[in-house]
Amino acid sequence: MEWVNTVVQGVLLGGLYAMFATGLSLMFGIMRLVNIAHGDFIILGAYLGLVVVTTLGLSPLLSLIIVLPVMFMIGYVLQRVLLNRTLGTDILPPLLVTFGLSIILQNILLEVFSADTQKLPAGELGLSSITVTGDLSIGVLPLITFLVSVAVIGGLQFLFYRTELGRAFRATSDDQETVRLMGVGNSHIFGLAMAIAMAVVAVAGIFLALKTNFDPTIGPARLLYGFEAVIIGGLGSLWGTLVGGIILGVAQAIGAQIDPGWQILAGHLVFLIILIFRPRGLFPRSVD
Amino acid sequence: MSAIEQMEKYSVARSTTASKGAAVVSAFILIVLISVPFWAARSDLRTVVEFAYYLSLAQMWNLLAGYAGLVSVGQQAFVGLGGYMLFVLAIYLNVPPIAAVFLSGGIVALIAIPTALTVFRLRGAYFAIGTWVVAEVFRLGFAQISVLGGGSGQSLPATIVREIGSGRSEREMIIYFTALFIAVLSVGIVYWLLRSKHGLALTAIRDSEPASGSLGVNMFKTKLSVYVLAAGVTGVVGGLIFLQKLRISPEAAFSVQDWTAAVIFIVVIGGIGTIEGPILGTLIYFVLRGLLADYGSVYMIVLGIVAVVVMLKAPQGVWGLLANKYNLYLFPLRRRLDRKNDLER
Repeated sequence: MEWVNTVVQGVLLGGLYAMFATGLSLMFGIMRLVNIAHGDFIILGAYLGLVVVTTLGLSPLLSLIIVLPVMFMIGYVLQRVLLNRTLGTDILPPLLVTFGLSIILQNILLEVFSADTQKLPAGELGLSSITVTGDLSIGVLPLITFLVSVAVIGGLQFLFYRTELGRAFRATSDDQETVRLMGVGNSHIFGLAMAIAMAVVAVAGIFLALKTNFDPTIGPARLLYGFEAVIIGGLGSLWGTLVGGIILGVAQAIGAQIDPGWQILAGHLVFLIILIFRPRGLFPRSVD
Repeated sequence: MSAIEQMEKYSVARSTTASKGAAVVSAFILIVLISVPFWAARSDLRTVVEFAYYLSLAQMWNLLAGYAGLVSVGQQAFVGLGGYMLFVLAIYLNVPPIAAVFLSGGIVALIAIPTALTVFRLRGAYFAIGTWVVAEVFRLGFAQISVLGGGSGQSLPATIVREIGSGRSEREMIIYFTALFIAVLSVGIVYWLLRSKHGLALTAIRDSEPASGSLGVNMFKTKLSVYVLAAGVTGVVGGLIFLQKLRISPEAAFSVQDWTAAVIFIVVIGGIGTIEGPILGTLIYFVLRGLLADYGSVYMIVLGIVAVVVMLKAPQGVWGLLANKYNLYLFPLRRRLDRKNDLER
């Protein structure tokens, strides 16, 4: 029974990791951009939530009314002003510029908010749980996180395959040159893609901050979890990413059950094992 | 005029006037550096040692990213492994500390082989993040090994410290010369490698991977050897760093900010894909650090911004700008065609 409980908690944790991964997957899918500062933007979202909650007294989930549009705009401007200039055949500029951004962002957060750990007050939400059977109970907050993650992925799936904007995204992903000939501006499309990715990052940041303590330095680890979920799931598949997140979450939960020091390590090791035996992930859709 | 007569009019050369001058100047600088411990202050010695290890790390990262197309953000894995191997060899296997520094490099190179076979499954930017995962695995793994101090780390016991040299100044002098030797060695290895047949393959890969592949360059073998070589030298540098610090912990040993971010900024600012770039970059890094040392993390912010601006506006770096403007090659790698009678005239 203890193990069933562990696996269930792991699955729910995986929902959060899938949210980390979705933003990465989106950026890579549409503009072949791997954003190394992704994790630090998640932490930026968490801090923006903290500022809104402490200054306006909103509840953490409601803070998204402000944090989400702000991150959306940061994403759009960042892409138009900075990241579009790095895209091309050479992989070095986007990689090094986003790596630079990661270090800059971490140190700015450190200057502004200090190294103290913070947490968003989860209140009632953080304490309540649903009892399934005698030994198995599910926390309401992890459950909401998981459901939101599924909703985000479902929403993106709909956006991608059922809307005009989604068609433009997919077309740009397939062939940038031809799309330009059809009168769709790449830089605007890329701006929108990054803006949407950052909106997902905002949601992920708030749920992260509700779940655990955070400080300016924990961004890179979230980048790695998101990245691992993407690779485990297979490039180009959003639902695969959810499965990737869940596998990672379960691996970490089982690791933690064996020894608390093994939580993160177990996740990384499962990732490396899958990489060795299934280098293209479990549900690959796109070719590099 | 026959073809042979035509050919006799030309000669192939590599060295330039500037490179001959640079060789003389380098020799002079080296002599000055060798004399430093006999007249300089303690803190200056320490700065030169740091300069030496950052220069070596930068040369190795540049070899990977600038030539072999392997952009790693996980080189801290090998710095940390080198450091830990030094402690293991010196404390548990009674290897003399200086020998242990170099032996660590060999062990790190061996560990780099299975590592490479795993991360080479990822391409481009995903390769970069994969190397970071590996570095994290080592960091978290060493935090679990309680004989090596676990998460809080350990110090090099006094008996082993005395094995380096009996007195403090003697120890510092020995570490200084080891550092100097490693720095010269790492520049020398890169220079030698790039001038060899392998260098030609590497330069071809740098310029165009598909084209070099179609011309018969064995991409996998070349990349693997460069990765393992760079890991080995980085491991030696790691051993040196923690021999100087005398204390190791997983956080310090596998720090991405100290051993990879700073090194990437050095290479990008100095000029990626050249030997001179990392040297100039390390100089710029130390000047900036000296100016901004009092401002804490502001210094990393400034360094990051400078690197991002350089990457966008002048991707060939400061050295690239200078080299283009003045046609300057201090470590000449390319062959040049000179007309003989031009020279005789």
